[in-house]
Amino acid sequence: MKSLALTLRRHPEWMVAAVLVVAVLTIGLINPVFWQPANIFSLLRASVITGILALAVLLVMLSGGIDVSFPAFAIAAMYLTVKAMIAWGFDGVLLPFAMATAIGIGLGLVNAVFVHHLRMIPLIVTLGTGTAVRGFILGVVGTSQINIDQMPPLLIDFARQDLFTVTQGDGSAAGLSAMVLVYAVIALGVHLMLRHTMMGRSIYALGGGEEAARRVGFNTRRTTFFIYGLAGALAGFAGLLHGAMIWTANPRDMVGLELDVIAAVVLGGASIFGGRGSVIGTMLGVLTLVVITNSLIILGVDTTWQRVVVGLIVIAATAVTAWRDRKRIA
Amino acid sequence: MTAIAQRLRRVDTNLLQLVVLTVLIFAGMAALNPERFLRPYVFESITFIAPELGLLAIAMMVAMLTGGIDLSVIAIANLSCILAGLFFHQVGAPRGPDLVNLPWPMVAAGIGIALGTGLAAGAVNGLLITRLRVTPILATIGTGQVFTGICLVLTGGPAVVGFPRLWGQIGNGTAFGIAMPLVVFLIVAGLVWFLLSRTAFGINLALIGTNAKAAAFAGLRTGRTVFLSYVLTGGLASIAGILLSGRTNAAKSDYGVSYLLQAVLIAVLAGTNPAGGRGSVPGIILALVALMLLSSGLQIMRFSNFLVDLIWGGFLLLSIALAAWRNRVR
Repeated sequence: MKSLALTLRRHPEWMVAAVLVVAVLTIGLINPVFWQPANIFSLLRASVITGILALAVLLVMLSGGIDVSFPAFAIAAMYLTVKAMIAWGFDGVLLPFAMATAIGIGLGLVNAVFVHHLRMIPLIVTLGTGTAVRGFILGVVGTSQINIDQMPPLLIDFARQDLFTVTQGDGSAAGLSAMVLVYAVIALGVHLMLRHTMMGRSIYALGGGEEAARRVGFNTRRTTFFIYGLAGALAGFAGLLHGAMIWTANPRDMVGLELDVIAAVVLGGASIFGGRGSVIGTMLGVLTLVVITNSLIILGVDTTWQRVVVGLIVIAATAVTAWRDRKRIA
Repeated sequence: MTAIAQRLRRVDTNLLQLVVLTVLIFAGMAALNPERFLRPYVFESITFIAPELGLLAIAMMVAMLTGGIDLSVIAIANLSCILAGLFFHQVGAPRGPDLVNLPWPMVAAGIGIALGTGLAAGAVNGLLITRLRVTPILATIGTGQVFTGICLVLTGGPAVVGFPRLWGQIGNGTAFGIAMPLVVFLIVAGLVWFLLSRTAFGINLALIGTNAKAAAFAGLRTGRTVFLSYVLTGGLASIAGILLSGRTNAAKSDYGVSYLLQAVLIAVLAGTNPAGGRGSVPGIILALVALMLLSSGLQIMRFSNFLVDLIWGGFLLLSIALAAWRNRVR
């Protein structure tokens, strides 16, 4: 048992990888439809948005905080950008994504001010900013959904691209969305930043202990602003990408998504006490969660069970993480 | 001695600030809209609606006393009254006089079921937090999902409509001309106040919240005390659920979702320290009155619910900023 705990502490990715393999094999055994390229590709596509948002949550969690405001930020960035594009008659890809990302950064920095300068617990800060931002969007900007006929065509065309298509057994074609590549590039970037830059190391150091990080010379203020700024940027980017991928901009979207994303990050081995967690673990956690929740239908389980399953995953994953880290708390 | 004096002074400034806030809000609303705001109906409706939110805020404060939080209170409230509602539909009938005229022992049994559900749900949270050492945030996010999920599985989505008349009396009736929910609230709040400030249990909770390690070294049974505090939180949430379903004559898996932020807001505004150690029932009551006056005023001025959300969120952030500013001055 002791060596298992040690292995888990060193390589939390192994546990989630094992869970993923078991889940995939079980689901594939019960219903072979799972192995169809169309299903596999759609699972990968479904993990893009949750995945990018999970990277944002990972950053905050690594520093010992938790973020529940990112769905509101994502929706704000998406809705404001699409609204602006329609109002100005602008269509494109790069500039809108830059705008959505900038909105995300701005909102993220608000979180940073409250967390760093006003010394408030991140959960309560982000609960406040999330509610306020969503209230602002729905109460001031608008409540109407922007449908495909109004969505900027270039944006949709961008999100529609496939990396490649294969022909399935029944003759239908299945394509792998190119957005998976976007997700992979972002994940690689965050991974390299966390592992190979001074900023990345300072995020881990901050999660290990703020006072300690300060005493060894890390600039905790800059680190905190970087974390929440980057988390906001990822949320804003993911928000617009989400709108482009589903061809609609709905200001009431993503309600309750924070729980799924946090579940995925925790499942990926990140510790809420900070300092523990990795991009690879998080990506595996996202994929596991997406595979399990999206496969309930092909397993013949009623979709009303989805919440119970997600909740049980959170509890199981946190219990294992807590057991792994029990020495730190005691 | 000086420490105690300091503590008293601190509590007093908090209460004082709240009293000033309440008076200001009241005066502002009354001045802006005297003929519509200063009507007995407005205050009467507050006495029916405020208690359920007040109980949730007290529940949140109890969890915060030990530095925790309970994000599952809404789910517990909904699960409690859904189970009671389904029980009534089983022993009575889904609708009609059989249901409405259920005798009081049956209604009492329903109250027992709801309370028992709340206590059991709280015990699950408590076990996860004290035995498995899962962080309160993640444990209650997970259990909240599971409880809401169970609600969905039990009801399939739609609301459980129709409760016995006696049950409705708890939420809609009056006793000696006072709203029944208010009576329930005052009794429960009084009991919790007594428990927190006049018994060893309450003092221990505050001590654990101030410094868990010191409390453990001082020989307090921290695990058991924290466990009991979550059982109490669950029980309070289920009473809130009883009031809510009694008032609306229905129970649903997603009722009162916006109460979560409001409960946190009231607890923080009442001077509860989310990091633990500080919180009081009188503070909660004052903050509750202030916010109910504010929200009635906003509703009278025909603000949309989304704008009210924006103002709630802004208020939470403002109160954090104020608290930080006060601390800096000291």
